[in-house]
Amino acid sequence: MTRKADLLPGTLDMLILKTLKRAPLHGYGIAFSIKTLSHDVLTVEEGSLYPALQRLLLQGWVKAEWKMTETNRRARYYRLTAAGRKQLSHELSQFDEIIAAITRVLQNA
Amino acid sequence: MDAIARFFRKVGFLIRRENFDSELEEEMLFHREQQAMNLQSEGMSREDAQHTARRRFGNDAHLREQSREVVSFGLESVFQDSRFTLRQLRKNPGFAITAVLMLTLGVAACLALFAFVDAALIKPLPYTDPNRLVAVYESAAVFPRSNLSWQDFLDWKKSQKVFTTFDVWTGAGFLFNTPSGVQPVMGARVSAGFFNTLGVMPTLGRDFRPGEDAPDAPHTGLITWAAWQQRFGGRSDIIGQVATLDGTPTTIVGVLPRDFHFALRGRADFWLPIQELNGCEKRRSCHNLYGVARLKDGVTVETALADMKSIAAELEKQYPDSNHGQGAAVITLSEAIVGDVRHIFLVLFCGAALLLLIACVNVANLLLVRAENRRREMAVRGALGASRGRLLLQWVTESLVLVLVGSAFGLAAAYGSMQLLLRLIPSDMLDNMPYLQDLSLNSRVLGFASLVALLAVIIFSLAPSLRLSSTQLRADLAEGGRSSAGTVWRRFGSNLVVVELAIAVVLLAGAGLITRSFYHLLHVPLGFAPDHLATLEIAAPEKTYAKPEQQVQLSRNLLAAVNVLPGTQSSALTSRLPISGNGNTTWIRIQGHPWNGEHNEVNEREVSSRYFATLKTRLISGRLFTESDRSASQQVIIINQALAKRYFPGEDPIGKVIGDTELDPKSLRHIVGVVDDIRESQLNEEIWPAVYYPFNQGPDTYFDIVVRTSQAEQALLPELVATVHKIDPNIGTRDPLTMKQIINNSPAAYIQRSAAYLVAGFALVALLLGVVGLYGVIAYSVSQRTREIGVRMALGAQRSSVYQLILKEAGLLTAFGVAAGLACSIAAATFMGKLLFGVRSWDLPTLAGVALLLGASALLASFIPARRAASVNPVEALRAE
Repeated sequence: MTRKADLLPGTLDMLILKTLKRAPLHGYGIAFSIKTLSHDVLTVEEGSLYPALQRLLLQGWVKAEWKMTETNRRARYYRLTAAGRKQLSHELSQFDEIIAAITRVLQNA
Repeated sequence: MDAIARFFRKVGFLIRRENFDSELEEEMLFHREQQAMNLQSEGMSREDAQHTARRRFGNDAHLREQSREVVSFGLESVFQDSRFTLRQLRKNPGFAITAVLMLTLGVAACLALFAFVDAALIKPLPYTDPNRLVAVYESAAVFPRSNLSWQDFLDWKKSQKVFTTFDVWTGAGFLFNTPSGVQPVMGARVSAGFFNTLGVMPTLGRDFRPGEDAPDAPHTGLITWAAWQQRFGGRSDIIGQVATLDGTPTTIVGVLPRDFHFALRGRADFWLPIQELNGCEKRRSCHNLYGVARLKDGVTVETALADMKSIAAELEKQYPDSNHGQGAAVITLSEAIVGDVRHIFLVLFCGAALLLLIACVNVANLLLVRAENRRREMAVRGALGASRGRLLLQWVTESLVLVLVGSAFGLAAAYGSMQLLLRLIPSDMLDNMPYLQDLSLNSRVLGFASLVALLAVIIFSLAPSLRLSSTQLRADLAEGGRSSAGTVWRRFGSNLVVVELAIAVVLLAGAGLITRSFYHLLHVPLGFAPDHLATLEIAAPEKTYAKPEQQVQLSRNLLAAVNVLPGTQSSALTSRLPISGNGNTTWIRIQGHPWNGEHNEVNEREVSSRYFATLKTRLISGRLFTESDRSASQQVIIINQALAKRYFPGEDPIGKVIGDTELDPKSLRHIVGVVDDIRESQLNEEIWPAVYYPFNQGPDTYFDIVVRTSQAEQALLPELVATVHKIDPNIGTRDPLTMKQIINNSPAAYIQRSAAYLVAGFALVALLLGVVGLYGVIAYSVSQRTREIGVRMALGAQRSSVYQLILKEAGLLTAFGVAAGLACSIAAATFMGKLLFGVRSWDLPTLAGVALLLGASALLASFIPARRAASVNPVEALRAE
């Protein structure tokens, strides 16, 4: 088993949005993407993706659509909306601020 | 904006709920399969790969639940709360049953009476634009609203400038020929534009045409829907049928709408135009009509009244004799119809509302006590992270469940009691209140029910949630819900009981006052002995008995036949029975007394020779009528004591002569006797001066038979009807009633009695609820103070002082409740006002009695818990902590 790192609370939504920024993906694709991009450091408890996706749908940040995969199976693809893009940049800037602040504390302490 | 968009997306999810679940499942399944495939490609066995994929995915039922919660409206928690509530209520059925029962009682009483109020006062009358309709009267010194005379009506109609249309009606009875014999039917005579003024179009056929009320017009008539169904079997070819009324063939030209009613007339099957004027209508001084008019746009009732008054003043100048003192009165038609009953309905509705209030207070108190007992539960749930809102929601759900169940039962019970109350109203009374016949749980009543339920839920959820502040929760957790009753309960719970007791006092006092007033009413001096009297109304066909001699002969035959019935002691006739109300008046003038044109209005009755003997009315002076007073002999008259006192003070009236206003020689009559005051008026009205003429000197085809029997009078009634029909089957008979029935069902007695029953019922329930409430409070207080009492007793307090402690607490609450209640009672009694007869609003014996009754009941209720307190074993009480 790979090492696991707990996600910072509230970052899951941001990670999903960021992943979707490049291309529409299905749920498994999102989980896979997060895992590979973080070099297996960040593993979401995969199922928890789905309540989060519902939340994003409800907020209108993503849209869902059933499509065929390359292997010809039906899957639900999620696509970032304009509102989602705005939300992502908002969250990213907030996240940067927090990280910067934490870093400052850690360096000066 | 976002919130609205979110809301619609949620609604979208809700609509596609089935889809949502299946799609989610499919999506999750897809995820796990992809994962498993991936793992397999990394070299895992198929089985292991599936297992690992599932493990990594997590608990999928839980995750589905979580996903669903994101998009739901939080309804799941409401269902959860409701399930929890129902479980709680099942666990504590005593509480649930008590609360629901109290709510049911209160809601049922309140809704049933609201339905009556709605039918009588809120629902619009079944006419076009009923707010523009007015009732028009003349006015006289003793009658603020008296009938119009036909001649005056014609002048008023010609001169008025305020009405678009102005018509008149008068009640009438007809003898209706049917295959099974002659039946007397109720009807009315109207001017031709009457229904046009009301804005009522017949359902079948047509309205009267202008001019159909001319004396030479063909005889036409309209019938009501009920008459069409009952008297003509609802036959489809009814229009153009000929009905024989009073021997005159009358063509039916229309059927009135099903919902048509005209409360002022009561039941009227046949509506005929006023064609031939009767004797009364030919004279300007004879008043027998009621006016109905539609106001022109922008004209107020006051303006109309002013116009009518100025016309009346003109006529008074023009006809100083007949129109002396004749003014005008104009009120809205709805006021004329429901003016008399509005007050009683409102009083009863207020009584029911108080009952509902007391029930709500009681339930709120129960909930408060429950909240005290569940302090710990709430505290633990709060500590485990339930938000304040979530805890509040739990209370709201509980209240909602209670109120919904209570309201549902209440609605059913209200429907039942409405039907019951309707059936208890005698049909005569109901005829005069036709608007009650379509009493129903209509949208207004249901709306009112929802409003009541909403208020109840708010009150009930507010009461316990007062203590949901976070500091309170922490204190509760620390305390563990063990020790003394919380301050919140002390402050609110006990005060609520004061309110309950006060309301109980108000209702009890109201019931006491009405009961006393009813007693007074039934014990007013009648001037005759009402027991063992049977009566019957007679209508003889005018064509057969046209001449006075024929009418006199008929009366002799009838009385002779009645006199031989077994048990008959005496029998007589009168033109109008006692207790039927002041009216049928005449204007008198006394020969030799100064007279300035005033109208001395007195009741006038024609009675047969044995009338006073049959009624057992006392003769004060002079003589009674005899059979030798006939048309050929001297014209004689008997007066009542009220007339003697008013017009012959300090004089012996015997031998004096009374005539009409002009002392026309034909009208002069010699006073031969003075009798005791027979109560011709309603029970609660004044006794007016009255004159009695011998029937033989003023016979008629309409009269009442009165029989005194030594046997049960009820049993005589059918025999009486049979006897009359044996003499002439074409004679119509109506209302075979005993005098006792007449008295008991007279409007005044009926209203007082039903009000007394209803309010007494409310009051008893209120007393019960109030006392139970007090018991609950004291018992709860004792249970909370067990430890304190234990300590006191351990320190040497006597049992008697423990009694004192508890009874003092109860006594204080009761004293406050009674004092507040008495103060409110006086205000309430003033509101009841004219409903009360012969009782003042601050009737001391009633108020003292109520205070005593409530005090005694309260003492009894608090004695039981006091006893329990005094028998506390100090050792156990302290150890239990």
